[in-house]
This record gives sequence, C-alpha cells and structure tokens, in this order.
Amino acid sequence: MTTFSNQSLMRNKYYNWIIKNLFSSWVNSLMTVVAIIFIYEVGTFFLNWAIFGADFRTNFQGEIISDRTLCSKNIMPGEYGACWAIIYARWDQFMYGFYPIEQVWRVNFVYALLPLAIIGILFDKLPYRKYFIYFTFIYPFLAYFMLYGGPGLSVVGTNKWGGLLVTLFLGVTGIGLAFPLSIILALGRRSKMPIVKSLCVVFIEFIRGVPLITLLFTANVMLPLFLPDGVNPDNLLRALVAVTLFQSAYMAEAIRGGLQAIPRGQIEAAQSLGLNYWQTTRKIILPQALKIAIPPIVNTCIGLFKDTSLVLIIGLFDLLGIGRAALADMTWTKLYYEVYVFISLVFFIFCFGMSRYSLYLEKKLKTDNS
Amino acid sequence: MESYFVRKLIFDEKSRSLLIQTLVIGLFALFIYLIAQQTAYNLEKRGISSGFDFLNISAGYDISIRLIPFTSEDTHLRAYFVGLLNTLMIAVCGCFLATIMGFLVGVIRLSSNWLFRNIAYVYVEFTRNVPVLLQIILYYSILLHLPKIKQAIEIFDGFFLTNRGFFTPSPIFKDGFSIVLWSFIVAILASIFIKRILKKKQEQTGKQYPIFYINSALIIFTPILFYYIMGRPLEFDTPVLKGFNFKGGMVIRPEFLGMLFGLSIYTAAFISETVRSGIIAVSKGQREASQALGLKNNLVMRLIVIPQALRVIIPPLTSQYLNLTKNSSLGIAIGYADLVHGFGGISLNQTGRAIEIMLMVMLTYLTISLTISLFMNIYNKSVQFKGNA
Repeated sequence: MTTFSNQSLMRNKYYNWIIKNLFSSWVNSLMTVVAIIFIYEVGTFFLNWAIFGADFRTNFQGEIISDRTLCSKNIMPGEYGACWAIIYARWDQFMYGFYPIEQVWRVNFVYALLPLAIIGILFDKLPYRKYFIYFTFIYPFLAYFMLYGGPGLSVVGTNKWGGLLVTLFLGVTGIGLAFPLSIILALGRRSKMPIVKSLCVVFIEFIRGVPLITLLFTANVMLPLFLPDGVNPDNLLRALVAVTLFQSAYMAEAIRGGLQAIPRGQIEAAQSLGLNYWQTTRKIILPQALKIAIPPIVNTCIGLFKDTSLVLIIGLFDLLGIGRAALADMTWTKLYYEVYVFISLVFFIFCFGMSRYSLYLEKKLKTDNS
Repeated sequence: MESYFVRKLIFDEKSRSLLIQTLVIGLFALFIYLIAQQTAYNLEKRGISSGFDFLNISAGYDISIRLIPFTSEDTHLRAYFVGLLNTLMIAVCGCFLATIMGFLVGVIRLSSNWLFRNIAYVYVEFTRNVPVLLQIILYYSILLHLPKIKQAIEIFDGFFLTNRGFFTPSPIFKDGFSIVLWSFIVAILASIFIKRILKKKQEQTGKQYPIFYINSALIIFTPILFYYIMGRPLEFDTPVLKGFNFKGGMVIRPEFLGMLFGLSIYTAAFISETVRSGIIAVSKGQREASQALGLKNNLVMRLIVIPQALRVIIPPLTSQYLNLTKNSSLGIAIGYADLVHGFGGISLNQTGRAIEIMLMVMLTYLTISLTISLFMNIYNKSVQFKGNA
C-alpha cells in the first residue's frame, strides 16, 4: 500500500509541476504549444545542419575532404549541412597558430599545466593548496620559457604564435598582470592623498571611457614612438600592454566595490591594535575585500577574454583571426558558418565555465557568512 | 634637529602623505617628460610633422555610409564629423533596439511558462558568452549571403532584402507635411496638459478617468486628421529593379544592419539580466499589498512594480549603454564607417598624425561616455526614492 501511495504522490508531483509550469491557464498552454513548435523547428534545423546532415572528415561518397569542392553540400546543393572538414584541416592553426609543427609539444605541455596553475586560486579548500599556489607563481616563467624558447629550446618568435594560444596568452597574462596593478589603483582611488587619488581616478575613468580598440591602436602605433631606439616591442607585446591597462581599470573598480563593503569598524579595530596602513591593508582589509570582489572580478575576466578577439583588427592571429585567415584561403573559402560556429563554441565553453564558477562563488559566499 | 625632521617625515601622517605625494607627482612628471622627449626625438628622426593643420587638407577617400554629404575632396575634419555622426547613429539605434529586446527577454525570463523561460535563458547564455565582434562578423556574413539583387526577396510591397542591403521606399515630404508634424507635437503637449488636469481632478474627487485611452486617441488621430486636411502631403518613392540595381527608394546597408544586430542582440542579453534582477528585487509584499488593495494585474505592474524596479535597473542599464557605444567602434571589422574606421583608420594612414588623431578619437569617446553618464544620472535621480531628507 505504501509503495502505491508513494507512487501516486510522485505522479502527482510531476503532474502538478507540468500543470503549474506549462498549462496553468489557456494563455500558458498556448505559449507551451508555440514554444514546442519553435524548439522543434529550430532544433531539427540546427541538428540536421550541424550533425545529421553534416560532413566531418569524409563526404557522403566516403572521400576524405581536402578542399571545399568535395563537401557534400557543394556536390549536392540543398541536401547536406555543415562541412566540418575545414576545422579538421586547420586544427593545428586553430590551436597553435603558425607554431612549428615539430615544436608543438611545447605548447601542449603549457596547455596541460594551465589547469594545475589556476586550480589553486580557484578553490580555497583544495588539499595541498599551498603547493599549487607556489606552482601558480612558477608557471608564468615556465610557460614563457617553454613557449618562447631559450637555453636548450629553439626560439619561436611571437609572430608564429596564433589561434587559441594567442587568445589564452592574452587572456591569462592580461589578467595576471592586471591583478596587482588593479589593487594598487583601487587602493589609490580610496586614498586620502588628493594627488594619488586624482591620478588613479583619471587613469581609471579614462581607460573605462574609451573603447579597447582605440587603446590597441594607440599601443600599436604609438608605443614605438614613446620608446628609445632598439627597444621595439613586437605586436603581441604591444597588444598585451593595451589589454593589461584596460583590464586593470575594470578590475580596479571591481576591487573598489569589495573595499567599500568592508565595515569601517574593521579598519578602526586594526588601527587601535597599532597596525599601520600597510599592515591594516594587507592583513585585514585586502583578504576580506578580495573575497567579496571575486565574483565581479571573474565577470571582468570574462569580458576581457571575449575582448581578446579584438586583436585581429591590429593584425594578430587569435582564434577569430585564424578563422578569418582560413576563410580567406581559396581552398576553404565560403565555409563561414562552420568556422564562426566552431569559434563561438570555443569561446562559449571558456566564458560559460567562468560564469558558472562566479555563480558558484556567489552562492558559497552567501552561505559562508564569513 | 635633522633626525627630528626625518622622524617627522616617516611617522607624522600629514608630513608623510606630503612626502609620498611629492614623490608620486615628481615621478609622474619625470615619466611624462621622458616620454614626451623621446616621442619628439622619434618624430623628428622619422620626419613626421605634428599639429592639427592636417584637418583642413582634403581627405581623398570616400565614405559610403554618411548622414551629411561627403566627397573625397572634403577635409579630414568633415570626415571626422561624418564618422562621429555614424557612431552616434549606430549607438542610438543600438541602444533603442537593445532596450526593447532586453526588456522583452527579461520579462520572458520571469514568465510562468517553463519553456519560454528557458528559451530566453538559452538565448542569454549563448549571446553573452560569445564575443560581440564574432557576432557582428557572423550576422554580417549572413546578411552578405542573402540573394543577389536580381533574386531579391520582397517581404512587403516595396521592401527588398538583398546582399547589398535592405531596400525600402523612401518618404517624399510635400508642402504642408510640416503642419502634420506640428499637429503631432501639439497633440503630445496637449496630452501632457490633459493628464495633469485629470490627475488633479482625480485627486480632488476620487473619480478615475481613462487618461491613457484619451491621450492615445488624441496623439494618434490628430496627425491623421491633419494629414487628410492637408491633402495627404506624404508620398513614397518605391525602389524598382532597373538593370543591375534598384532605382529610387533608399537602402539600409548590410554593414549598418550587421552592426545593429550584433550590438543589440549582444547587449540585450545583458540588459535582460538587469531587468530580471530589477523586477525580482521588488519585494513580494509590495505586489501582494497592491493586489489586496484591489489593483488589477496590469496596474500592479505599472504603478507598483516597474517604478520600483527602475531604481535598480537604471545604474546597470547606463553601463550597458556605455558598453554598446564603445563596442560600436568594432565597425572597423566589417567596414562600417564609424569614427574609428574612417577618421581613426584611413585618415591616420594617410596623414600619419597618429598622436593627434588617436587623441581626438579618444577624447570624443570620453565625451560621449561622460554625456551618457550625465543624462542617465539625471534620469536616475528622477526615479530614485524621494525621501524627506
């Protein structure tokens, strides 16, 4: 008997859910019908295009697709969907740019260690977190040595870097370099010293008031003018300077929000214990403020990661730049949707992951109460 | 004596802050001086002259999308204004469309229908996690793959979709149309006046008047009435296919449409999130209390929920408008002739005055940003709580 009543209760639960969320009134029912038709139409169209009617490596005759004329949809127009062969053909470029193919293991090595380098920052209850954090500080030097080369490894100039490598390099390095800078800016903006404060305010508001593309142009055209002869930063470094300055202004505002959330009592208590400004800031304020500020900081990081795609306008080959280069090639031209959908997916995976992480943190901070 | 002075500098807060600030400003000045000197040296060595005299030289290039007449003989200064107007045009149109779409999606996200809610959720997640530049390029390439002019799709009578843009009839205003326009403006002013009087009456007598219907009728029918009185002073010039192109009408270029779709679809996702959180932020008690007072559902929304939600929505909405305006500079990727593309790109390449041009472009964006913030702050003040303080 009990099982039966349990079952009917369960059925009731689903039934109630369906009534409440899909058929609560006749308007609601109509909306449900419209939505189902919409999902069916869009879903079948997209799935047919992307999967069921698509070519992956071979076309419908079983031939390996080596240029776009062999795509099924170009042999029999109107019958077939996407031709993903372009992604396979250009995979190395998407991942490594023009990195010498026999040296690609170095990039893979750096990619593989990236999760280890950031996991310590992401999760504060990780076992052996201290060692992970040590590794985070070693990683940039290791990565630079591996990617660029040096004693024992052949030098690969940054003009050979491209694709995901450039996107990740600009994103990760930009965020890493902007972080300390943004703390200084945020503290400076909250400073009681009028000159320090106004310098920080002007810097932050100036950067936030202009588009990133103008900063990239400026860095690209004017950095060589500012610097003495002989010092000639390459294009990637110029872009990195612009991206870092840009990100530091936005991050500083996120951190300022965290600083403002710290009750005055905390500062006063620290001062009454005899701590000076730097001790108060380093031991009392920053640890609390940064913790509160992590979700908005992650949001600025998502923004930056997406904005790295702008470097294609100054002639660098990031993911999108490589995609456009592939489309400019006569053997693959016109496969726009395949390339753009693929790149969108890559960006989506990274950005959606970051936004989920920020959401997870927000939830954790709400229950932590600390 | 000397040690006292040093100790004071380190331990006295006032003297110490003075010391630090002197150091900071000294270093800053040194930094600026070094850069300025190096730049002057580099410019001289490369034989690049400086100054703003280039603004009066003829530009020598053409701009296809323009709001004011422009030929290649016109000056760089005029190219600057053409670009500025194009930037403002895309920013205004984009903000307008993004706001409508954002509010719509934000409300759908709170719909009682589970499927609608989640379709909106998927839209939001997919558009805001993909770079806006990629979206602009994607929509632009879709627009470029519309049928050629010969096989144009006719949506309505006289509206054609082609890969060269969207051809629509263009209005021709004849004498007397200005009177129709004026009657429209007068009707709006009158409706504001009527609203005030009826509101006052309602407060005195308690009787409700259908203000909304009266005013809508007034605003809609007055211009129509005058339109017929003046003998229908508006005609349309419909585009007609002649040879290889359309004759007559006007065309909205795919560059503009690509920018418009890219910017507004992307920004709408963010706006919808702020709208959603704004509506959620209005406490449930407010809604229940107003229902208990006997207000109908649409009145609850209009009088209770939306005014309070706006307080939460306006500040983040401002920053979305700012973002959209700054993102409009991405037009350069698809050839939309905005400030960065024309003046900041082609003029810069032709004259080589990088410092002057980038300075002008940046200051322009800064001015636009500050103006938007200023107006939105004024509006924000008008919707915030009006306490006794």
